[in-house]
This record gives sequence, structure tokens and C-alpha cells, in this order.
Amino acid sequence: MNDNIKQIKDPVLSIRNLSVSYDKGKYAVKDVSVDIKRNSVTAIMGPSGCGKSTLLRAINRMHELYENIETTGTLILNGKDITNMPTIQLRRMAGMVFQRPNPFPTMSIYDNVIAGYKLNGISLKRSEKDEIVERSLRDVTLWDEVKDTLYKKGTFLSGGQQQRLCIARALAFDPEVILLDEPTSALDPIATAKIEDLLVTLKENYTIILVTHNMSQAARISDYSMFMYLGELVEYGKTKDMFTKPRDRRTEEYLTGKFG
Amino acid sequence: MKYQHKQIAKSKLKSRTIKDKAIRVLVVLLSVVTISPIVLIIFKLIEKGYKQISLDFILKTPPNSYEAMTALANGELIPGGIANGITGTLLMMVVAAVMAIPVGVVTGIYLYENPGKFMANLTRNISDILQGVPSIVLGLIAYIWVVKSITNGYSALAGSVSLAIMMLPMIVRSTEETLKMIPVTIKEAALALGVPYYKVILKVLIPTGFSGLLTGILLGISRVLGETAPLMLTALGSTIINLNITKPTSAVPLLIWEFYNDPNMVGLIWSSSLLLMAIVLSLNLISKQIAARTK
Repeated sequence: MNDNIKQIKDPVLSIRNLSVSYDKGKYAVKDVSVDIKRNSVTAIMGPSGCGKSTLLRAINRMHELYENIETTGTLILNGKDITNMPTIQLRRMAGMVFQRPNPFPTMSIYDNVIAGYKLNGISLKRSEKDEIVERSLRDVTLWDEVKDTLYKKGTFLSGGQQQRLCIARALAFDPEVILLDEPTSALDPIATAKIEDLLVTLKENYTIILVTHNMSQAARISDYSMFMYLGELVEYGKTKDMFTKPRDRRTEEYLTGKFG
Repeated sequence: MKYQHKQIAKSKLKSRTIKDKAIRVLVVLLSVVTISPIVLIIFKLIEKGYKQISLDFILKTPPNSYEAMTALANGELIPGGIANGITGTLLMMVVAAVMAIPVGVVTGIYLYENPGKFMANLTRNISDILQGVPSIVLGLIAYIWVVKSITNGYSALAGSVSLAIMMLPMIVRSTEETLKMIPVTIKEAALALGVPYYKVILKVLIPTGFSGLLTGILLGISRVLGETAPLMLTALGSTIINLNITKPTSAVPLLIWEFYNDPNMVGLIWSSSLLLMAIVLSLNLISKQIAARTK
């Protein structure tokens, strides 16, 4: 494991000794230390309940809402310690996309993209807003589909379009990393393919961390993969290496479908 | 053997068909029983009340007993209307809503945010008990709290306080239920954008559940709109249009009670009831529309 950390130079995100426990002593994530490569897609795989979503949510500290969840360890994002950073600042640096598309139902497509600014009371000039909306929607290849209906409700879009809108909303802050929690599990194969293509293009400008329980998705689009089991990080490395010659028996068994 | 088996099945089938039909008839019959009161009420109110309904009825105050008697003796319609009641009801509703909505909505948010906590459960239970308190008792409480100690006399404010207490549990419950229906993913989306918690509630949850909140509030208002008993002890009634909340005020249900007690004016109870019923029904329909449109 420590070999893996050394391999990656100038990581965008360094996770050190991260543990997340529910109640007292029940660990969902146990002592995970990992470095994430800049401008790459990193997939977090593992069977249900292995702690992959918990790990992802620990990165932008979504757990702080729940009193019974305790997180320990250090997170360094782009050289800055984000462990105690104000959440507004942190979440501008780490955007998140969820399993189900969740555009704000009361807002138009336009307002959904700049929702992060609007809801936080950050005022922008009209031209700045237009620019952010167009750039973000172009980034997710949604611009051409919605440029004439920007003021319609975001919930009128199809599921795949809604999910791309949610990615655009995360991109509007121009984050360092984008955290995606099984972003295609609620979508049909065509919409899934579009999102996958999109993620591959997006890594030119962003770092992408993707939770998936779809192994072939991880194989298709990720550069690095983590395999988690029972809260532990079992194996981490280049996706190609992991899929062709896994070092751990549990990884091999999972990848060959013996459990999961 | 086989033949016998079929026979049994056939006779069973027959008795089942009969049972099925009987139940169907029963269901339809009971449904008719359920809806007939409202149909009969509306029919009666229109039949007896429509003659009195005119512009004057809404714009003028009631005649005195002598004027009404003269009109009756001459075979004319009773002159005047119930403007004092309409304005009084409106005034007290607005004041009651201004008091009950913020408290009710905030309490509802509190209950939603703290499920399973002791204080929240206690609050929810007390709110449910409050819903069961007889309205005349609430009138008495408002009499002690407001009539006796704040306005030093019967007042619209006292009426509003008693009505606000009646509305409160309904608003609390509907707020909590509405917020519970909003998918948690919407909340997460806002939090993932770094939005502080109080802003998530104010700018995301409340706008998303706005129609639900509005429905609950409208139903709460329509529920207390016809309350008479608490107003007898608080607002008392007034023969003139009064818009001062510290003075006695009339209300449509209060007027109906007064008309009922005056043999010369009794002709006005139907039209007044018709108007009250129309307002309550339209509030119900509006809230149903809002609820349906957002589903």
C-alpha cells in the first residue's frame, strides 16, 4: 500500500489515516491512506457496504451533518489542509454528484448551474453568470441541447440530461476534484455512455474520483482504482494493473465475480 | 368425482358472485350516504339564501331589528348585509395567520430536523393534544389572556389569538409532513455546494415545499373560519365595520348566531351561511388545486 502512495508525484489529494466510525467503534472506513493523481479518473470499487461511498463523502465532509459519525485523519487538497476548512470553501474545491440526478426542482436550468453562487449569496454580474453557465454547460456537452430552454425548470430534462446538469452545477465552482457517487446507477445505457465519455474528457481540467459498483465501468474509464472491502483499502493502483494482475486475493476474487 | 368437484366449484362461484354484487351495492350506498350531507347542505343554503345575496349584502351592515320587521311586514327582502361580519372575519383571519404561520412553520421545521429526539416528540404530542382542545376552552383562555389583561375589553385581537391557537397544530403538522416528502437528495445537493444549514432550509427546502406549506395553511384557515364559540367570548360582535384590533368585532359566524336569535332577522341566516360555506369551499378547492399541481 505504501508503495502506491510513493508512485504518485504531486498528488491533488492526499488522504492520511482516514477513519470513519458510526456509533462507537463501528468503522465504515478504517485507516485509509491514499494519494490521488491530478487530472485522472480514480475509481473506488467494492461490494455493497464496503465503505466506498463513506470514503467519498468523507472527502468533502458531508458526514459532519450527522452527530453520531466520527471522522479522524487528515485530508490535504492541493497542498491545503482541508480537515478543518470552512465547508463553503472546501466544497467549492470539491464538487459532488450523487447517485440520483437532483437538480433543484424550483430552479431553472440557468439557476441550477449557478445555484452554488446563488444559495451562498455570492453576487455575480450578469455577464459573469452567463459566462459560468455557458462554460459549465459546454463542459458537460449540454449547452447545445438546452441553450434555448435555459429558463425552463431543470426537472423537465431527461434523467441523463439532469445528471449532466448536476455535473455542470458542480463544475460551476471550477473545483479541483469532482466526487461522483455512482453517478450512472439510475441511468439507462445510452445516458451512461454519455456520462462516461464526459468524465474522460473532463479529466483534462479536473480530477475525478468515482464510486462505482460496476467493474466494467471502472475498467473503461478509470486510470487508477481502489478496491475496498469491509472498510479497508485492500488494493490501490493503476486500473490496468489491478484488472490484469491483482496483488490481493480478495481483489482477484471480487474482480472474477466470486463475491460482490 | 371430477364432475362432483366441478359442481361444488360452480355453486361456490355463484354465491361469490352474489356476495361480490352485494358488497358493490353496499359500497355505493355508503358512499352516497357520505356525500349526501354536503350536497343537501349546499342545496338547502342556495334554495333558502340566494334571494338575499346581492351587492348590498356584501357592502352594507345589517339593518336593525325594526327595519327588518318593516321589510318583512311589507313582504320585501331584508335590507342591508353583513359587511361588518366579512371585514371582521377577514381582519381576525389575517391577524391569526400572522401569529400562527411563523410559529407553526418554525415548529414544523424543528420537528422535521430532530426526528426521534425527546423534545421534538414531546412537542409533536403536545401539538396533537392542542388540536383536540375544545374551541370554547381556547376562547376562555384568550378571554383571560387578552380580553382581561391586554385589551381590557372584548377585541378582535382576542378572537385572533384563540383562532391562531386552533390553527397552530394544523400548520405544525402540515409543515413537518411537507418537508418529510422532499427527497433528502435535494438537501444533500445544497449541502454539497457548501450552503450553510439555515440557508438550505430557507432557500431550498421551504421553496421546494412551498405549495405543501401553503396547502396546510389554507386548510388551517378554512378550518377555523367558521368557528363561533371562541369568538363569542373574545370578539363579541359589533354592529359597525371595525378594523381596530383592540375593539370588539363582528364575524360572519357570529352574525349567523345573532340573526338566529332575532325573529325579524332570521331570514338572513341562510344567505350568511351560504357566503361562509362558499368561502370555506373555495379555500378547500384552491388548496386541493395547489396540492395537485405540484404532484
